[in-house]
Amino acid sequence: MRLSCTVNGTPQQVDDVWEGESLLYVLRERMGLPGSKNACEQGECGSCTVYLDGLPVCACLVAAGQAQGREVGTVEGLTPAGAAPGELHPVQQAFLEAGAVQCGFCTPGLLVATDDLVHRSLAEGRKPADAEIREALAGNLCRCTGYEKILDAVRLAADRMAADPTAEAAR
Amino acid sequence: MDFLQPATWEEALEAKAAHRDAVPIAGGTDVMVGINFGRLRPSLLLDLTRVPELQQWADDDGAVRLGAGVPYARVISELGDRLPGLAMAARTIGSPQIRNRGTVGGNLATASPAGDAHPALLAADAEVEVASTRGTRRIPVTEFYRGVKRSALADDELIAAVRIVPPRGPQQYSKIGTRNAMVIAVAAFGLALHPDRRAVGTGIGSAAPTPRRAPAAEEYLAGELDGLWDSRAELPAATATRFGELVAEASAPIDDVRGTARYRVHALSVMARRALTWAWADYRKGDPTCA
Ligand SMILES: Cc1cc2nc3c(=O)[nH]c(=O)nc-3n(C[C@H](O)[C@H](O)[C@H](O)COP(=O)(O)OP(=O)(O)OC[C@H]3O[C@@H](n4cnc5c(N)ncnc54)[C@H](O)[C@@H]3O)c2cc1C
Ligand code: FES
Ligand code: FES
Repeated sequence: MRLSCTVNGTPQQVDDVWEGESLLYVLRERMGLPGSKNACEQGECGSCTVYLDGLPVCACLVAAGQAQGREVGTVEGLTPAGAAPGELHPVQQAFLEAGAVQCGFCTPGLLVATDDLVHRSLAEGRKPADAEIREALAGNLCRCTGYEKILDAVRLAADRMAADPTAEAAR
Repeated sequence: MDFLQPATWEEALEAKAAHRDAVPIAGGTDVMVGINFGRLRPSLLLDLTRVPELQQWADDDGAVRLGAGVPYARVISELGDRLPGLAMAARTIGSPQIRNRGTVGGNLATASPAGDAHPALLAADAEVEVASTRGTRRIPVTEFYRGVKRSALADDELIAAVRIVPPRGPQQYSKIGTRNAMVIAVAAFGLALHPDRRAVGTGIGSAAPTPRRAPAAEEYLAGELDGLWDSRAELPAATATRFGELVAEASAPIDDVRGTARYRVHALSVMARRALTWAWADYRKGDPTCA
C-alpha cells in the first residue's frame, strides 16, 4: 500500500508498504531516517520513540497505515531546519556535555522523550522535578550509563531551554 | 494482509460483519507486538483510530461513557477526578509512550488476566457496550471475561465503550510488579466503596484465569461497614485483615515466571488490607475521590 505522512515537517510518500509493517520500519528502511532505533520491537525499550501528532509513542507499535496523513517527528528533526552543520538541539548538546551518551543506542529515543518532557514543563512555566523526569523516562531503557548522567542531561537541557525559550522542537 | 481504515462507526461495524476474522487495531500495543514477532498474521487489519466516536467520552444517563479508543493518557488527564479507580490503574500501565496509545477497549478485547483496567472496572460495576450490525448490547463487566484471553465479544462485534458510574465513595488500585514502571502485574487489586448503595466492589487481577471479583469479601465488608457508614468511625484493624484474607481466598493463581501462586495469595491479602485502610481513611476525611 501507499503511505503519505509528514515527517519532520516534510511531506513524505512511500509505496509498497506491507500492511503489517511498523512506522519504525518505514522510517528506517523506506525513508532513510535511521535515527530512531530498533532494539526490542515490543514497546519495552523506547529507543524508537517518535512524535506522532505531537505525542511521544513507540514507532515499533504504530502500524504504518495508522500514520497515514499524520505528523511524525523523529530525532532527525530535533535540530531546526536551517541550523548550521554540527549545530545541535539544546537537548542533544546537554546529553553530550553531561556524558549521557555511551553506546548511543538508547539516545535518540531519550532525546525525543526529554524534548517532550521539557517542553511540557516549560509550557506550564516550570522545570521538571526529578520525580517527573524519572516518570517521563520510565519507558526508555539504557544499558550503559546507569541513568545518573541522563538525569543530569535532562536538568541541564531544562535549564538552558528555560533560559532560551526559542529552542525549536520536532513536533 | 489488507488494511482497512473506516472513518465512521457504521463503516467499522460493516467491515467487521463482512470480515469476521479481521483483527481490529487501536493503540496497537498488543497487536503490533504480535505482528512484529510473527505470532499474528491477520488477513485484515481494521484500524479503529479514525473512528471519531471511539475517541470520545461523555456523560450519559448518570454514567461516563468512555469510548473504547480513548488512550490511557487521556483517562488520566481528563477523567482522574470522575473515574479515580480506573485512572489509578491507568497510571500503572506501561510507560508514557504506551499510555499515549494503549486503550481500555484494547485491554478489554485482549482480556488478559493481568490487564490493569479489569480490577478497576470490576470494582466499579462497569458495563461494556459492544455493537455489531445486528445491534448494540451492554454486558456487565463481570460477565465479559470468559477464560484466559477470552471474552464475551462475538466475532462480528466491536467494543464501542465502557460505561462507569462516577463513584460516590473512594476507590483504590494496587499493583505488584518487579519495578514501578513497565511491568505486567504479578497481582493487582481494585477496590471501590459505594456509600450511596452501602456496598463494596472488588476486582482481582493476575491471580485467576480471568479477572474476577471477591464476592464473599464484598459481603463481609458491607456487613461490617453497616454501622460505620454514617458514623465514619475508625475501621477495626481486624476487619481490614479479615477482608484481605477473604480477597485472597477468592483468587485461584498459578505459579509462573512472574511469581508463585503462594506469593500472589499473600500479596493479594496485603494489597486488599492496605487498599481498604487507605480508602476508609479517605472516606473518613469526606474525600469522595481520593484520586
Ligand atoms: C511495553 C508494554 C507495556 C505494557 N504494559 C501494560 C500494563 O502495565 N498493564 C496492562 O494492562 N497492559 C499492558 N500492556 C498491554 C497493552 O498496552 C494493553 O493491553 C492495552 O490496553 C492494549 O490497548 P491497545 O489500544 O493498544 O490495543 P491493540 O493492540 O490495538 O488491540 C488489542 C486487542 O484488542 C482488540 N481491539 C482493540 N480495540 C477494539 C475494539 N474497539 N473492539 C474490539 N476489539 C478491539 C484488538 O483486535 C486486539 O485483539 C503493555 C504493552 C506493552 C507493549
Ligand atoms: S524498539 Fe520500539 S520500544 Fe523497543
Ligand atoms: S548509552 Fe548505551 S544503551 Fe544507553
